[in-house]
Amino acid sequence: MENRSLVSIADHTREKIEYLIQMAQEFERRPNRHLLEGKVVATLFFEPSTRTRLSFETAANRLGARVIGFADPKVTSGTKGETLKDTIMMVSNYADVIVMRHYLEGAARYASEVAPVPIVNAGDGANQHPSQTMLDLYSMYKTQGTLDNLNIYLVGDLKYGRTVHSMLTAMRHFSPTFHFIAPEELAMPETYKKYCRDHGIKYVEHTEFDADVIAGADILYMTRVQKERFTDLMEYERVKDRYLLKLDMLAKAKPTMKILHPLPRVNEIEYSIDDDPHAYYFEQARNGLYARQALICDALGITLEDVKNDKTIIL
Amino acid sequence: MKKKELLVAAIENGTVIDHIPSDRLFDVVRLLKIESMTSAVTVGYNLKSQDLGLKSIIKIADKYFTDEELNQLAVVCPNLTLCIIRDYDIVEKHTVHLPEELIGIVKCSNPKCITNNEPMRTRFRSVGSQLVCHYCNHTEDLKNVKLVQEEN
Repeated sequence: MENRSLVSIADHTREKIEYLIQMAQEFERRPNRHLLEGKVVATLFFEPSTRTRLSFETAANRLGARVIGFADPKVTSGTKGETLKDTIMMVSNYADVIVMRHYLEGAARYASEVAPVPIVNAGDGANQHPSQTMLDLYSMYKTQGTLDNLNIYLVGDLKYGRTVHSMLTAMRHFSPTFHFIAPEELAMPETYKKYCRDHGIKYVEHTEFDADVIAGADILYMTRVQKERFTDLMEYERVKDRYLLKLDMLAKAKPTMKILHPLPRVNEIEYSIDDDPHAYYFEQARNGLYARQALICDALGITLEDVKNDKTIIL
Repeated sequence: MKKKELLVAAIENGTVIDHIPSDRLFDVVRLLKIESMTSAVTVGYNLKSQDLGLKSIIKIADKYFTDEELNQLAVVCPNLTLCIIRDYDIVEKHTVHLPEELIGIVKCSNPKCITNNEPMRTRFRSVGSQLVCHYCNHTEDLKNVKLVQEEN
């Protein structure tokens, strides 16, 4: 049987990514349907993540599926010593697809190998978070009209931020130019720079962050600079405001440039920017709903054709 | 005149594994499951070697290994030499080649990897001189790999 699980965005071809974007577009046009009526979607959150869980559960609910699962790992048998495999095998008896967030890296890959139903990875430790990448790609496509030849500026924590790492892998098909803007302590790791070189992805590194540096951006992708990542707190205090995006820094930005952020935001984007036409982070979060509707349907074997010919739309 | 002595007795038929760095001898023993064999095994430990400083050698009588069994040794000793002995003569010489995939052999050094927290076999693919964990994508340098202690 074909394994329809989604573990990593790196497993997807260019064609598959474009296909999922088209499906997300269909759902954006008509998000409320009975397409998944009779289906049960399990959301197993071995690590709390309210934002991602609500997005997946809304995606399932708006398509008419029933949702079971847990949001708090303290209530599971894992705390009694049950293995992940046993939990997954048990839930596979009840659900048609399992959306899983786990604190251990590789948990989703392993679950996809043992489970008789498809697994959708909703984040496994610092490893992969493909639904976030999918909604980032969808947001870029929607705002720029294409994914090809974009100038993408990644700002903030490029060392630990898994969203920026997944984006590099996913964008390898679309000949982008990346700009890495980060303090030295949180610079893009050499492994990923090597990945870029090996795959012919152009990149430029900056430590400065000002209007001139970001003038060429199509996408300005902000991430959170987390205090706990710094060994030297003095260093944190020194750099934290240097990577704060202020309204006057947008003076030279392209009119079509959009600001993305995986959220939650803490101190990266000035609140005055929220009303600026470049701000796109809240719409980006909404795009997550459509992207996740597409991912759940794809895992269940529902095709783009099925979605286009769907007669269960609720108007 | 100094008398040159053969430190490990010759075998009539079987396999000789030479040029094992001494600190890897017991890894080789474990990987080939030599401790559970019934045929005669001679082990030379800490013998002087021009290339390796101290080397070890294992001679296993009446036993021939598959390529798959032997190639996994490349994880711990990439420069191993193997001789197939028939009637006291070397009839074949082999070197080992790192397999593309290693299952249940190498331990992942990432403590947050699922393989260190679940009763399951590890899985690595080899990329140049590095091994990449199939599950958590962590990379291991071949020089520093640790083996899993027990087969699951």
